[in-house]
Amino acid sequence: MQPLTRFEGIVAPIDRANVDTDAIIPKQFLKSIKRTGFGPNLFDEWRYLDHGEPGQDCARRPKNPEFVLNQPRYQGARILLARRNFGCGSSREHAPWALADYGFRVLIAPSFAEIFYNNCTKNGILPVVLGEEVVEQLFREVAATIGYTLTVDLPSQSVATRTGEVFDFEVDAFRKQALLDGLDEIGLTLQHAAEIRAYEMRRRREAPWLFQAPDI
Amino acid sequence: MVAATLYDKLWDAHVVRDTADGTSLLYVDRHLVHEVTSPQAFEGMRLAGRRPWRSAANLAVADHNVPTLNRDRGIADPVSRLQVETLDRNCTEYKIVEFRLADSRQGIVHVVGPEQGATQPGMTVVCGDSHTSTHGALGALAFGIGTSEVEHVLVTQTLIQSRSKRMLVRVTGQLGTGVSAKDLALALIGRIGTAGATGYAIEFGGTAVRALSMEGRMTVCNMSIEAGARCGLVAVDDATIEYMRDRPFAPRGSMWDRAVAYWRTLVSEPDAVFDRVVELDGAEIVPQVTWGTSPEMVAEVDAHVPDPAAERDPTRRTGMERALAYMGLEPGLPITRIRPDKVFIGSCTNSRIEDLRSAAAVVQGQRVADTIKLALVVPGSGLVKRQAEDEGLDRIFQAAGFEWREPGCSMCLAMNADRLQPGERCASTSNRNFEGRQGHGGRTHLLSPAMAAAAAITGHFVDVRKL
Ligand code: SF4
Repeated sequence: MQPLTRFEGIVAPIDRANVDTDAIIPKQFLKSIKRTGFGPNLFDEWRYLDHGEPGQDCARRPKNPEFVLNQPRYQGARILLARRNFGCGSSREHAPWALADYGFRVLIAPSFAEIFYNNCTKNGILPVVLGEEVVEQLFREVAATIGYTLTVDLPSQSVATRTGEVFDFEVDAFRKQALLDGLDEIGLTLQHAAEIRAYEMRRRREAPWLFQAPDI
Repeated sequence: MVAATLYDKLWDAHVVRDTADGTSLLYVDRHLVHEVTSPQAFEGMRLAGRRPWRSAANLAVADHNVPTLNRDRGIADPVSRLQVETLDRNCTEYKIVEFRLADSRQGIVHVVGPEQGATQPGMTVVCGDSHTSTHGALGALAFGIGTSEVEHVLVTQTLIQSRSKRMLVRVTGQLGTGVSAKDLALALIGRIGTAGATGYAIEFGGTAVRALSMEGRMTVCNMSIEAGARCGLVAVDDATIEYMRDRPFAPRGSMWDRAVAYWRTLVSEPDAVFDRVVELDGAEIVPQVTWGTSPEMVAEVDAHVPDPAAERDPTRRTGMERALAYMGLEPGLPITRIRPDKVFIGSCTNSRIEDLRSAAAVVQGQRVADTIKLALVVPGSGLVKRQAEDEGLDRIFQAAGFEWREPGCSMCLAMNADRLQPGERCASTSNRNFEGRQGHGGRTHLLSPAMAAAAAITGHFVDVRKL
């Protein structure tokens, strides 16, 4: 996982609430047993005029010119601006895989669905929660300025506009560290293997049925 | 000491260690595995040279991709087949119990877990699937996780989590005849919104919830994720304990009594404090039908499609306009004038035996309306299917013109061949009405099994209580 610190990126706006993971990456692409290659199918139903299936050459598919990511002014966007409850729906990690594969590193919205939020931070994507009014302001500014960028600074937990306005955001210490360093979380947890074993020993005494082999 | 909620009791019993940053390492008792969200986790584990911590804590079943017709011919779609075969291979290699396609115990993971007694009161239960919240009906701390977390659980038997806030949804009184757990869940989501419980664990309580069967409780907990909650919970009572008795994975012999004694403690203390309390009057809940592309876009069956012009919040208003355009509906149209093309009775929300019974009771002696192109019943598991057949439900459905299929997720998310064509409208007992969920361009209306059956018979939505 690529560490994330401070960077400036073009902002693309998705102006609707409750964008669900089915919209971010439709189910037919979930048949893949790989972790990569989902970028071309990000927002597939909105982005293309035809119906997408796995294995197509997306470069040859008819694009929906109305859709934000197809507009020239948003090419190369690295920051996605969204409305409330972004990423609701299924737990599919294919959604952040698709966003990351496309090139997004930061998502900004008034709120995110929980599992999705978690999944993002495990894939080098920073979800930034800003207030409804700030988000509304950013939507207006993005619409008004071609090539609109924001600078996101994870160490100081802030988002800055080019005019110097700064908005702070919250992120818990563990997730922040993981994003900053690109940590191997499993490796970290395994450093506590002895504690996990001790817990299991205690549970075996207190609740032995949890360790009973099933009658199948 | 502060009086604990059920959620806190479950949480505290599973903490391996707390960290200074406020997260905890939680022990996972049961990990359910299916074909869609696990291959990358197994691969990650293998590439890192790691192994499962405790294979016996895992239970696997393929459900999302499986065909519901002609099982003996295997899976026709090569991409789906590879995914299911990958699960089979991983389970063989790592000695994980798996119910394969030909096994009568195969079915939707959230139906299979409780049915086998593999998910139990007091457990932490996780699965790479958001509807893992279903298992909270048993008094288990159950929630969905992503694939990175699936790998983390496989390798360490733990997860790094932070504690949620607690919400009590208290449903007083009793649900009326013809009103089901599904209507309760949809009414709640209509009230608090799809993000209404974000950051919360919901405990469902009150007389109307206590009166629900275990299967009804599963329906309600299943839908708690659609209200934004990570998990839903119902406290243990006699119904829970009776439900667990004699299930294959349930405690046996002297263990049973010890387990029951512990399970009895799995209730919120009377003076436990919740961060938020939502009250609903069970007697006021009527059958619900969704009209939009989010489960919160829901109406009472005798109401009308709402008018976006009356909505003051601009984001919500444009959301409604977009939803109505997608759904091909006009404001002011009575819900009962909407005519589905297809009917789907199934999914982890509503594919258990009681769901099928309640639909069959409506269908009995009737015919599916001519305007309905396809009416499907997809039992939640092979065992549900067999029981339904023993009770003759399959004959009732088939005599009416329904198709009777093999178990799986099927048209809940249309990863297999069961799907809507663009523009088709479906009366569906599943849990999500998102754009394209049941097929590209498909239009989904969520409702209860009895209401879906009534729509199949009359050809339009109708208050099942008036049939
Ligand atoms: S039935 Fe639907 S919601 Fe349930 S696990 Fe399957 S796809 Fe998910």
